[in-house]
Amino acid sequence: MRCDEVARLLPETVEGMPVDLAMQTHIESCLRCQAELARYRRMLRALQQLRTRFLEPSPSLLAQTLAALEEAGERHAVRSLLSGRRLAYAGAIGGAALATAGTAAAVILARSRRRAAVA
Amino acid sequence: MTTDPTAELRAEVDRLVDAARSGDRTAFDELVRRTYVDTYTLAMRLTANEEDARDVVQESYLRAWKGIKSFRGDAQFSTWMYRITANAAATLVQKRRRRRTESLEHVEEPIDASLEARPEAAVESSVGLEELARAVAALPPKLRSIVVLKDVYGLSHEAIAEDLGISVAAAKVRLHRGRKRLRDVLFEEGGRSAHAV
Repeated sequence: MRCDEVARLLPETVEGMPVDLAMQTHIESCLRCQAELARYRRMLRALQQLRTRFLEPSPSLLAQTLAALEEAGERHAVRSLLSGRRLAYAGAIGGAALATAGTAAAVILARSRRRAAVA
Repeated sequence: MTTDPTAELRAEVDRLVDAARSGDRTAFDELVRRTYVDTYTLAMRLTANEEDARDVVQESYLRAWKGIKSFRGDAQFSTWMYRITANAAATLVQKRRRRRTESLEHVEEPIDASLEARPEAAVESSVGLEELARAVAALPPKLRSIVVLKDVYGLSHEAIAEDLGISVAAAKVRLHRGRKRLRDVLFEEGGRSAHAV
């Protein structure tokens, strides 16, 4: 195996993934590739340290985020209210339609009975 | 009797998460207060832009509040937030890219000259960490997001692929390219001549 082949594979093998035997043999005998492996390991350790290096946001971010949540909550409440009202309107219209239909049916029935009685 | 402050903090976050899942907005607001610096830090590392990071933070907490009932607690709340943040950042970058005629991928981002002047120092000291952070920020967005999520935050390839809407294979390829690019910037050795063993 050659150094350039090892160099190509190092970025994905550096975190302890299974290493090909030929690659392992090469690294054990090649100071250059050992140094390269050490660089990658150092770089990964340093990247992990960034995890706890917090960046300071501007002071307004928290207030703006909480305000955005509040606003979204209000929008949701308004939508719920509107959809609740829509349901109520639909129910009322449906009820009125049923009542009208019932009345009409009763009138028709009464008329037909009266006609039958006259006949 | 001694108590573990980390365990206490985690228990407190768990209690707040439980309350928020039951619809307690005050508890959720408290979660925001406790975690927004962490979320902002990730958003900044992913977007490398202050304004974008602020948008990502707000969008992430809006999504978290909407989805908190589905959070089962299998993972820590922080990990769950990282994934939401990664997804929100990816969405924002896609939107921005659609708006720009020139793809972000092709924008040559400036690399700090001082970093190139003393590359080995970049990963050795605490000051070096700042330089490393700048080198990460200078990566192209697609490579940067993978390096940040995998190498800084330790998310799995599977989780990253799902959150960014790419295949696991693509995530691995981008990580490979990102690490290689970062190594080249930090160590500036480059041009290793191949030699047979």
